[in-house]
Amino acid sequence: MEFFNNHKTLFRTALSLFIGLTLIVAIMPAINNQENNAPLPNYEPLSPEVFLGKKSFIANGCVACHTQQVRNVAMDKIWGSRPGIAADYAGITRTDFWRNTATLMGTERTGPDLTNIGTRQPSLAWNLLHLYQPRSVTEKSIMPAYPWLFEVNTGLKEGDVEVVVPDKFRKDIKGKIVATQEALNLVAYLQSLKQPSLPDGKTPMEFLYKKEEKPTINSANKAVLPDGKLLYTQNCGACHQANGEGLKGAFPPLKGSPIVLSEDLELFVSIIMRGYDARPEYAVMNAVGTDNNLTPEEITAIINHEKTNWGNNAKTVTPEEIKKMMDFIKLTSKK
Amino acid sequence: METKNIFSESGIIITMLLIAIPIIAASILVMIKAKAVLKKYLKKKELEKFNEYLKGLSPDEIEKLEQRKREHEFSLSNLELSGDKEPIDCKGLIDNISEVETLRFVEQKKKSQPRPYIEPDLSKLILWYLGCATFWLLFGTTVGEYLGIKFVAPDVDQYSWLSFGRLRPVHTNAVFWGWASLAMMGLAYYVIPRVSNVPIASIKTGYRSLVLINVSVILGSIFLMAGINNGGGEYREYIWPVMALFGIGIIISLQNFFKTIAKRTTKEIYVSNWYIISAMMFLLVIAIIAYWPSWQNGLGETIIQGYYMHQGVGMWFMLFNLGLMYYFLPQQLNKPIYSYSLGILAFWAQILFYTLIGTHHFIFSAIPWWLQTVAIIGSAGMIIPVVAGTTNFLLTFKGSWNKLSGSYTLPFYLIGILFYFTGSLQGTAEAFRFTNLVWHFTDFTVAHSHLTMYGIICFMLWGFIYTVVPRITGKEPPQITVGAHFWLALIGLLFYTFPLMYGSTLRGLMWMEGTKSFIESVELMAPYWLWRAIGGSLMWFSHVLFAYNFYVMVRKKDEIEIPKSPIDILRAKQEVDKQTITN
Repeated sequence: MEFFNNHKTLFRTALSLFIGLTLIVAIMPAINNQENNAPLPNYEPLSPEVFLGKKSFIANGCVACHTQQVRNVAMDKIWGSRPGIAADYAGITRTDFWRNTATLMGTERTGPDLTNIGTRQPSLAWNLLHLYQPRSVTEKSIMPAYPWLFEVNTGLKEGDVEVVVPDKFRKDIKGKIVATQEALNLVAYLQSLKQPSLPDGKTPMEFLYKKEEKPTINSANKAVLPDGKLLYTQNCGACHQANGEGLKGAFPPLKGSPIVLSEDLELFVSIIMRGYDARPEYAVMNAVGTDNNLTPEEITAIINHEKTNWGNNAKTVTPEEIKKMMDFIKLTSKK
Repeated sequence: METKNIFSESGIIITMLLIAIPIIAASILVMIKAKAVLKKYLKKKELEKFNEYLKGLSPDEIEKLEQRKREHEFSLSNLELSGDKEPIDCKGLIDNISEVETLRFVEQKKKSQPRPYIEPDLSKLILWYLGCATFWLLFGTTVGEYLGIKFVAPDVDQYSWLSFGRLRPVHTNAVFWGWASLAMMGLAYYVIPRVSNVPIASIKTGYRSLVLINVSVILGSIFLMAGINNGGGEYREYIWPVMALFGIGIIISLQNFFKTIAKRTTKEIYVSNWYIISAMMFLLVIAIIAYWPSWQNGLGETIIQGYYMHQGVGMWFMLFNLGLMYYFLPQQLNKPIYSYSLGILAFWAQILFYTLIGTHHFIFSAIPWWLQTVAIIGSAGMIIPVVAGTTNFLLTFKGSWNKLSGSYTLPFYLIGILFYFTGSLQGTAEAFRFTNLVWHFTDFTVAHSHLTMYGIICFMLWGFIYTVVPRITGKEPPQITVGAHFWLALIGLLFYTFPLMYGSTLRGLMWMEGTKSFIESVELMAPYWLWRAIGGSLMWFSHVLFAYNFYVMVRKKDEIEIPKSPIDILRAKQEVDKQTITN
C-alpha cells in the first residue's frame, strides 16, 4: 500500500490518532473537571504555615506510601465518613512556578490513608514523637524516622516545643529534643487534613461492595458488642499503646488507672467524648469519641476492653449506661 | 484442636509428604540390599559346583577352547583401505575443529554472527549509549535494592537525602530515563540506519541527545534527594526544567531518525521504524501534556497523571521495545518475521486501546465513572495487540526452537516475550473492578510493574545488547557470566514477585474483611518484604555480572593471542622475520 510507504503520511496518521484519543480521554475530561468543580462551602484554604507543611510533605515523598483518597467502596470507610468527590480536590492548584499541582491522591497504601488524619489523630505531641521515631509509638511501623526535622538544645527557649522521646529511642542524646518550625508546619498540615462535610441536605455517595451485616444474635437478651480490642487499636492504641502502659512523659497508662477502674463513669466518658488536659506531665488528649463519631456500643466495647485487660479487673458496663452518660455529658457541655 | 482438622491443614500434609519421601526411599534401598545378599549366596553355591566340573576337563576339550580363543582375538591393522599414505585435505574442507580436552562445566554456545560493516563513529556512539545505560542500571537498582532493605530495616539510616520517600522516585526515574531509555536509544541508533539501508543523518546529534539525557537524570536524581520534586505523580517527579532537558534530547534524535528514514533506499518503511518513531513522538506528546499547567487543577491533575504514567510505560518503553524486537528477533533466528501484517495490526491496536487505559490506576476514585469504565474496556482490548504480538514472535520462533539451547542471547528474547504475554494480561486482569478491590494500593502493583518493566523490558534489552555489542566490537562476553546473569535475574525476579503477590493478596483480603487493624496488615507483609529483598539482591547481583560482561565486550586491550591457524602462523612468522631483518 502506498500509504505505508510514505513516511510523512504514516507517522502523521499515527500521531493524529494518538492525539485525537488523548484529547478525548485525557485533556477534555481534565479541563472539564477543572472548570466544573468548585471547593465545598466549608473547605478551608491552606494557611501559610499549613502550605509550608504541605511542601515539606511533598519534598519528603510521603505520597509514596500514603494515599489521600477515600474510594466509594466499603473497605475504605475507615478512612473517611464519605467517598471522596471531585469537589474535595477542586481547591488544589499549582504549587509554585517549579512544581505541579499536588492532589497527593497516591497509588500505594503501604501506610494508612491520610484524607482524614487531622480528625483521626490531631494530637501534636503524638505526631511529633511519631515523626521523630515512628517505632516509639507504633512498634511494628516501617515508616522512616525524620530526626532532621528536630534539633537538640541544652535548654528550652520561649515557644520551643519539646518532644519527650522514650529512653530506648534517645540514642545517648543528652539535651532536649525540640521540634523545628518545619516539623511543626508538617504536623499543622497533617492536622489540617479533614474531610469537609457536604453542604446541608446533600447526601453523600453510597459505599459499594458493602459486607452483609451479620444479624446480631440476642443470646440472653444481650446485644453483641463490636470488637473492643480492634476499636481500641484503631482509636486509642496509638497513644496509650497496645499494652495499655502509655508512654512515659507523653501518654498516661490505662493499666491500673484509677479513672479506668473507677465505677464512676462520668469522668471516664467525658474524657473520651470531650478530651482531657488536666495533667501537665502528659500531652493533651483530643475528643476521640466525638471526632471519630463513636457510637455508644463502640464506646462501651472500648471501655470494657480497657476495664478487663492488662491486669485491670473492673466491672464491665452496658451500652445503656454509656448512652445515658453520653446524653448527660452533651447536656452539661451545652450549658 | 480436633484430629481431623490437623490433617486437613495443608502445612501438615506437605510436611508429612516431605517426611515420607526419605522413609520410602530408605525402604526401597533396604529391599534392594537384601535381594543382593541372597543373590550372592546362590551364585557362590553355583561357583563351587562349576569348579568341580573344571577339574574333570579332558585335553581335547581344552584344545577346542584355545582354538576359539585365538579366533576371537583376530583384529584389523586399520590400514587395509587407506594404505600407508599421509592423509591430506587439499581443499581446506576441514577447519576450526574444537577439541574438548577438559570437562565441560558450561555448555558451549554459538558464537556471535560475523559483524556487518558499521561505521566506526556510529559504533562508538552506540557503545557510549549502552555504557551509560549500564551505569544507570547499576545505580538505579542499587538504590532499589537499598529501598527493599528499608522495608525490612526501616532504621538502617536516618539521613534526609536517603529517606524512603525521596529515594523511591530516584530509583524509578533512574531505571526509566537513565537505563531503559538510553539503552533503547542506543539500539535505535543501530537499527534505524540498518533497516533504512543508509548511514545515520548525524552522529553529532546522537552525542547531544546522550549528554542531555544524562544531565537530566543526574540533575533529577540530585534534586529528588534534596527534596525538590514536581509534586508526587509517579514518573513525573522530575521538575519541568529537568524533564525539558530529556525532552529536547528526544526531539533532536527524533529529527535525526526521521531524516535518516526520509533518505532510505528501501521502498517500504520496515515495521521497526513505525514502532520506534511513534514511541518517540508519543513520548513527547505525553511529556508535554503532563507538564503543561493549563489542565492540572484539582482532579485534572489526577486524570492527566493516570494518562501520563500509563502511556509512559506503554507508548514509550513497550512500543519502542516491540520495534526493536521486530528487527532483532528475525535477525537472531535468521529468518523473516512470521507475519508482517500481524505486526501492523498490533501497532494500530496498541495505539487504539492503550491510549484509553490510563485512568485504571484510579478506579473507584473521584474520577468520572464513565472514564473509569473506558479505561477498563481499553484494558480488556489490550488482549488484541498483546496476543497478536506474542503469537507473531512465538510463531517466528517455531521451527527454530533447537537454536534456543545453543544461543546465549535467545533465552533473553524468549523470557521477554513470555513476560510480555503474562505481564500484560495480568495488567488487564488487575483493571477489573473486583480484582482492583483486592489488589489496589497493595504491593501487588509493585510486583506487576517489576514483572513487566523488568521481565519484559529489561530482558529484551539485555538480549538486544548481547546481540549488538559483539557484532560491533568483535568481542564476546564469557558465556558462564552471561548464563549466571540470565539465571540470577530470572530466579531473582520470581523470588521478588511471587511472595509479594501472595502477601498482597492476603493484605487486600484483610482490608476487605475489615476486622483487623491496619498495623496488623503491615506485620503480615513482613516475611514477604523479606523475600522481596532476597529476590532483589539476586537481581542486583545479576546486574553486576551484566556490567562485567559489558566491560569484557567493549574493553580496548586485546588479549595476547598465540597464533593457531596456519594463516595466522604464517603471518606471524612473516612479521617476526621482517622484524629480524630491520633489526
